[in-house]
Amino acid sequence: MENASVYPVQQEEAAVAESILAVIVDNEPGVLSRVIGLISARGYNIESLTVAEVDAEKHRSRITVVTRGTPQKIEQIKAQLGRLVPVRRVIDISEESDALTRELALVKIISTGDKRVEAMRLAEIFRARPLDTTHTSFIFEVTGARDKINAFLDLLKPLGLTEVSRTGVLSIRRGSEAE
Amino acid sequence: MTTLLEKTEDHTLAQAAPGAEPAPAQKAGAELLLDALEEQGVEVIFGYPGGAVLPIYDALHQRETIRHVMARHEQGAVHAAEGYARSSGKVGVVLVTSGPGATNAVTGLTDALLDSIPLVCITGQVARGLIGTDAFQECDTIGITRACTKHNYLVGAAHGLPAIVHEAFHVARNGRPGPVLIDIPKDVQFEKADYVTRRVARQRNCIVTPPVRSSEIEQVVELMRQARRPVFYTGGGVINAGVEASAALRALARETGFPVTSTLMGLGAFPASDPQWLGMLGMHGSFEANNAMHGCDLMIAVGARFDDRVTGRLDAFSPGSRKIQVDIDPSSVNKIVKVDSSIIGDAGIILEALLTQWRARESIAPTNPSRLSEWTAQIQTWRGKNSFAFETSDTVIKPQFAIERLYQMTRGKDVYVTTEVGQHQMWAAQHFHFDDPNRWMTSGGLGTMGYGLPAAIGVQVAHPDALVIDIAGDASVQMMMQEMSTAIQHDLPVKIFILNNEYLGMVRQWQELLHDGRYSHTYSESLPDFVKLAEAYGGVGLRVEKPDELDGAIKEMIAIDKPVIFDCRVSAEENVFPMIPSGAAHNQMLFGGVFTGDEVSKEGRVQV
Repeated sequence: MENASVYPVQQEEAAVAESILAVIVDNEPGVLSRVIGLISARGYNIESLTVAEVDAEKHRSRITVVTRGTPQKIEQIKAQLGRLVPVRRVIDISEESDALTRELALVKIISTGDKRVEAMRLAEIFRARPLDTTHTSFIFEVTGARDKINAFLDLLKPLGLTEVSRTGVLSIRRGSEAE
Repeated sequence: MTTLLEKTEDHTLAQAAPGAEPAPAQKAGAELLLDALEEQGVEVIFGYPGGAVLPIYDALHQRETIRHVMARHEQGAVHAAEGYARSSGKVGVVLVTSGPGATNAVTGLTDALLDSIPLVCITGQVARGLIGTDAFQECDTIGITRACTKHNYLVGAAHGLPAIVHEAFHVARNGRPGPVLIDIPKDVQFEKADYVTRRVARQRNCIVTPPVRSSEIEQVVELMRQARRPVFYTGGGVINAGVEASAALRALARETGFPVTSTLMGLGAFPASDPQWLGMLGMHGSFEANNAMHGCDLMIAVGARFDDRVTGRLDAFSPGSRKIQVDIDPSSVNKIVKVDSSIIGDAGIILEALLTQWRARESIAPTNPSRLSEWTAQIQTWRGKNSFAFETSDTVIKPQFAIERLYQMTRGKDVYVTTEVGQHQMWAAQHFHFDDPNRWMTSGGLGTMGYGLPAAIGVQVAHPDALVIDIAGDASVQMMMQEMSTAIQHDLPVKIFILNNEYLGMVRQWQELLHDGRYSHTYSESLPDFVKLAEAYGGVGLRVEKPDELDGAIKEMIAIDKPVIFDCRVSAEENVFPMIPSGAAHNQMLFGGVFTGDEVSKEGRVQV
């Protein structure tokens, strides 16, 4: 149907892709808001976020952000992150082949009977560790790449998956080279 | 992993040897602030006092070294500091109180961010113990201004204050300049601590400009040597890079013979009187400038960011050209338009490097200047269109004619021009010509109505003996009209030249173009009597309604050593031409006449 308004509906943009950015920052008040505010101000959702101080002496923190956007927008975000005063370095993990990424999830399953047995079996396959158990529930701890955790959760969905807590993605470079 | 950005480690210059000097007595935070401002060479502060900055104002009262210009609204104070900074090349300094003082400053800070104007804005904050308690005149200044400053600081203790001030100035003036805010809780202002000099303060290497690689320069010069239809597209970055950058641009243009166009923000970097000057480009730019951009085979963008007012329809933007972008801000590269190569760095340094390399290559293998002759002839044909021409009248003052007369009548004077935002701004850009940088102050990025009058005040503070004119519209000028009082108080004889058409003219023009002439709420009803208004403030008011009275009145205005409001009654229905309607390409310009309603494509209607 022809849009009756004089203003047409905006066209969809180019394809979006997932991107993992590691941002090394000076650990000072407000630095996290600056980094995530810059991303959200461009209308992109942050899918996961981890932050912790990694060098107490230099007051450096490492922020790892998973976001989705068009390649051009991701390039913009990287360049603009670099302009922030407390940002020391921006690393695009998703562009790298030699990056290790890991995430930890805590998963609660409430079920009985066959479903309970199947959940336990899947946990073994995924090397998930039971942390707590009752007659009707499990809590598993599972570590791995983001995709592996997503796959584990998908399989558990019909088996009584009720609650998930995830740390968000962490990353580091393989090999003997330092950052 | 790819390291996209590498900032070197912090370094602290060696502390002065112990015992070399007796330790000076500790001072209150307010004194430390003023000491640091003094050390940074600050001569003027634009501000407005209030509860949370009382200790700073008390310290200011005791000092002769720093002049304070009291505005009538915090937004006015920020714009004044912008005018001061833009016309002098120095950092503008603002001092306002907490809460409403800070929120009123937000528009000015955003304006400075978008136009890359170096400012340091000091805001008061409630005492540390009260932060987060909804105290009187408390607001989350840091949160509110995070998105409209280059960086901001909440001062946690007086001992950290001097170093923060030094870093703030470093951030404001280096890299792509911009506004920096320092939020100082009231109790920090009287907490005692030691002063830290600029030399000794911790220097965080927070603005990184990579060194210019000679291979990049060589590559660009080779492209320049092969170009047959080249154009320099210059912007506000050339002005920000200082007079050296303008000088380098002129030399490079002269030796290469390349034509030069500029954005609204870059006017004056290249002299308008030069035969290689194409005029401003973009939505209301000249026919020759826009066609040169569309038809060029080599575009060299210097300190310009491919704003939507400049590019028009992106998929039809300069289709046949190689594009080179010179910018100090890496995030400006490939933001809107994908370029073939880019050089990151200061415009002046890069233009000089290009010039040196150009000369070196020319001395070995000179290029044939006739390779440009076809292009030059083509430009000359476009120029013949005389796209800024307008119909004159004996009975009513045409706004373009008023600007033209103002320009002619001010020749030989030391003139600075500021503008508000709207039709008058475009007419000023088209018909008032600039031969030098830092003479033209306008709100380009944010388009802030109300910018011109306070900016003119700031310019006059920086240049007390110059003729400072705010070319204004009847609607815009009322947004910061109260600053007239500032001009009177501080003996700043700014001239407010209002093109009064009794409309929000630019909005009306768009309603004519897009909404079938339904002029919804764009008629400026109940305008004040500007002559009486000027008199009420203690200034002088002049009114002109006939074209033949214009020259005499302008002469009179210039002779008056007081703020003047010049109410120039112009024809009401005039539109700004030429015009690239939004959503159209550079070679699809409109030239006056009556709109038919089909000028703007569906896609173009979404754009403002």
